[in-house]
Parts: sequence; C-alpha cells; structure tokens
Amino acid sequence: MKQIDARGYICPTPVLMVQKEVKDSAPSELEVLVDDRCAVENVTRFGTNQGYAVTTESYNGDEFKLTLKK
Amino acid sequence: MEERKKRGIQVMEDMRMDQNGVKDNVKLTKLSKCAGCGAKVGAGVLAKLLSDIKVHRDPNLLVGFDKSDDASVYKISDELALVQTVDFFPPIADDPYIYGAIAAANALSDVYAMGGEPRLAQNIMAVPEKMPSEAVHEILKGGYDKVYEAGALITGGHSIFDDEPKYGLAVTGFVHPKGLLTNSGARPSDVLIFTKPLGMGIISTAMKADLVSDETRERAYEIMMTLNKKARDIMVKYRVHACTDVTGFGMLGHLLEMAQGSNVCIRIRTDSVDYIEEALEFARLGILPAGMYRNRSFAQEWVDEGSVSLEIQDILYDPQTSGGLLMAVDPDDARLLYEELKGQVPSARIIGEIGAYKGGKRIFLY
Repeated sequence: MKQIDARGYICPTPVLMVQKEVKDSAPSELEVLVDDRCAVENVTRFGTNQGYAVTTESYNGDEFKLTLKK
Repeated sequence: MEERKKRGIQVMEDMRMDQNGVKDNVKLTKLSKCAGCGAKVGAGVLAKLLSDIKVHRDPNLLVGFDKSDDASVYKISDELALVQTVDFFPPIADDPYIYGAIAAANALSDVYAMGGEPRLAQNIMAVPEKMPSEAVHEILKGGYDKVYEAGALITGGHSIFDDEPKYGLAVTGFVHPKGLLTNSGARPSDVLIFTKPLGMGIISTAMKADLVSDETRERAYEIMMTLNKKARDIMVKYRVHACTDVTGFGMLGHLLEMAQGSNVCIRIRTDSVDYIEEALEFARLGILPAGMYRNRSFAQEWVDEGSVSLEIQDILYDPQTSGGLLMAVDPDDARLLYEELKGQVPSARIIGEIGAYKGGKRIFLY
C-alpha cells in the first residue's frame, strides 16, 4: 500500500499531499501518517468526499495513521 | 495603491536571503503558523487556564471578563463609560500594509460591538529582527490609516523582537452607559442581522497554499479591512438589544455565547447567510483551519444542525478575522434598520430570529 508521510507538516500541507497523490494515481488504498490533529480531520474530510472509507489509528501518542480505502 | 502594494510585496520577497544571497521568496503569512483570529486560544481552553484565579469586582465595572464579551466596560459617570479592548495576531496577508489594516480593523471592532466609539489606540507589535524596516513601516501605516478612518488616535505602543510577526492594537473607546450593547441582552422575537460575509478563516487557510484566485483574495482582504463603524453608527439609532462581532469562535461560537448569555434560543436561516462562494469548495477538499474544528467541538452539543450540509456548517464554525456585527434587533425596528444598513453596508443580511429557551439545544439551523 502506498504511504504518505506528512508528519512534521501543518495544515493545509498534509491534505494537499494526499490530494496530489489521489489526483496523480487514484490509488484504491492509501496510508497517511500525520502528527497534526487538524490534518487528521482534513484528510478524513477530503477522503470521505472522494468516496474513500477512512479509518484512523493513533500511535506514539500524538501521531496518527489514516487508512483510505475504496 | 498599486505602487504601494508592489513595494510591500517586494519588501517581503527581499526579506529572506539564504547564506548565498539567493532569494527564498518567503511570504509574510508563511512566517505564521495560524491565520488571523484562527490563532485564538479556544474558549474552553481559556476558561481552564483562568480557573482558580480570583476575579476582583467593582460596582462600576459594567462588563468584565466573566461575561465572555468583546471588551470590558467601566462606568465613569452616568453619561460616560470607558470601553477597553486588545487584539493582535500573526500575519493574515502577505502585503504588510493590508495585514496592518486588517489587524487594526479587527481590534477596533470590539469597541463598535459594544455600541461604542474608539478614541485612543496603542500599537502592539512583535517583528523578526531581520524584517526590513520598510515592511514594518507598512504594517504600522495600515494600522494608522484604519485608526484615523475610525476617528481615533494612535498614541504610542510597544514593540518587541520575535521570530513570528504579530500586530494589533489596544483600544480605548467611550459609550453612553444607556447605549451599551452586550451579547447578553437578546430577547425572544428579536430579529438577527449580520453585516459581513463569512468564510475568512477557510479562505486564509487556502491562501497559505496559494489556492485562492486573485479576485477572491482581494475580496477577502477588502471585507476584513472594512471597519464596522458604519454598521455601528446606524445600529445605535435603533432598538438593538444585543450585539457582538463574529471573530475567532466563528458564527456559531458567538451565537452560542449570545444564546447562553441572554438565556434564549436562536434560529438561523442558513440560506440567508452570506459567505465567499469559494470557501464551500475548499471545505469539501478538507482545506479547513484548525480553529474551525476547535469551534465545532466547543459548540456542537448545543447546535441542532437540521439537514444543513456539513460544508455550510463549516462556514458557520469557521473562525473569522475582523468579522461583521451580529445584532439582535427589536422586531418593530428590524426592517427599518435593515433598510438603512443596506444602503451603506451592502453585505448586511437578516439571518434569523431569537426564541424563548425551553431547555435542550440553543441553536437551530434550517
């Protein structure tokens, strides 16, 4: 599964990285790592509107792994 | 205007040179983590930070911090009360002049929201040591121009060095104690009028990613640079029971404060709320400021969203910078006030009405 590591970036950069990937390769599955709560919300919002099912799990305290699946 | 604008932007482009002297083209907004009032500490967090700190009282203090209002008001005599407020934030525009003007319009607005008139202002400023003096001058010029437009004076201020620029004003104004407007006077059957389009937080977030058209950017700047002076001057001629300006907590956050403070409920006709169209598309794309999510989690338990779309809710939770005045107007005066406003404040809209509170949710969207 393709992974985007957007840790260390603040909004709106993480969601823009995801948008670019979706636009370029339209993946059926995508994993996104973020460490900004706003990025969790924004990537979820974008993914859901693009027809992905989005799940989030947190790890290392403040870091999150989002999985987008079609 | 064009020449000044070019100069301002050029100043910012020249500001950062790397060690080889190559231009880095860092923009003013890139020096700030948050955009405008989006940088505001959330209402819930603020209450926690202040818990256990004793609040002293004085019978002449008509409005203090405990009221969650826009400014504090202190009665000097039966004819005169002093309105005191302060507001500042990191860059919301790349042009230093526009940034200064927006920060000033935003700070002055708190006095207008109390029904008052600003008289004195002092600069509050933090700038990076390396920032060219011309850029600093432009920020201040934007501030001075707005303060003079408001008919007030700038009498000094305080500046420090800081890696992240910040600018704003401490403002002192006056109001007749009988003309004082708080956010807690709304009565059932009052009509709600709001004077500016929403969406500034979302548009500012999209600006940081260079996603906004020139036209929309200019429109957003114009809206945020507009003083609430005209709206205030018209408002005070009518029976307005409550007023606040919509800023960092978003429309719904400020509506909730008004509803709780006045012990009423509020119905909002969302079709009547004006906003920048492009903000809706950015909301769908997940280009939303952190402050929007903070505002949502703070207020949503009191809000019945009805069948209103998520994106429109986003607009209503979006933190505003230098937002419009939100007035609860006596139903017999509402039409006349609205008609007079329309002439000078074209973005004014009737957006809803106040109802009696019977428990449960405070705000109903339809």
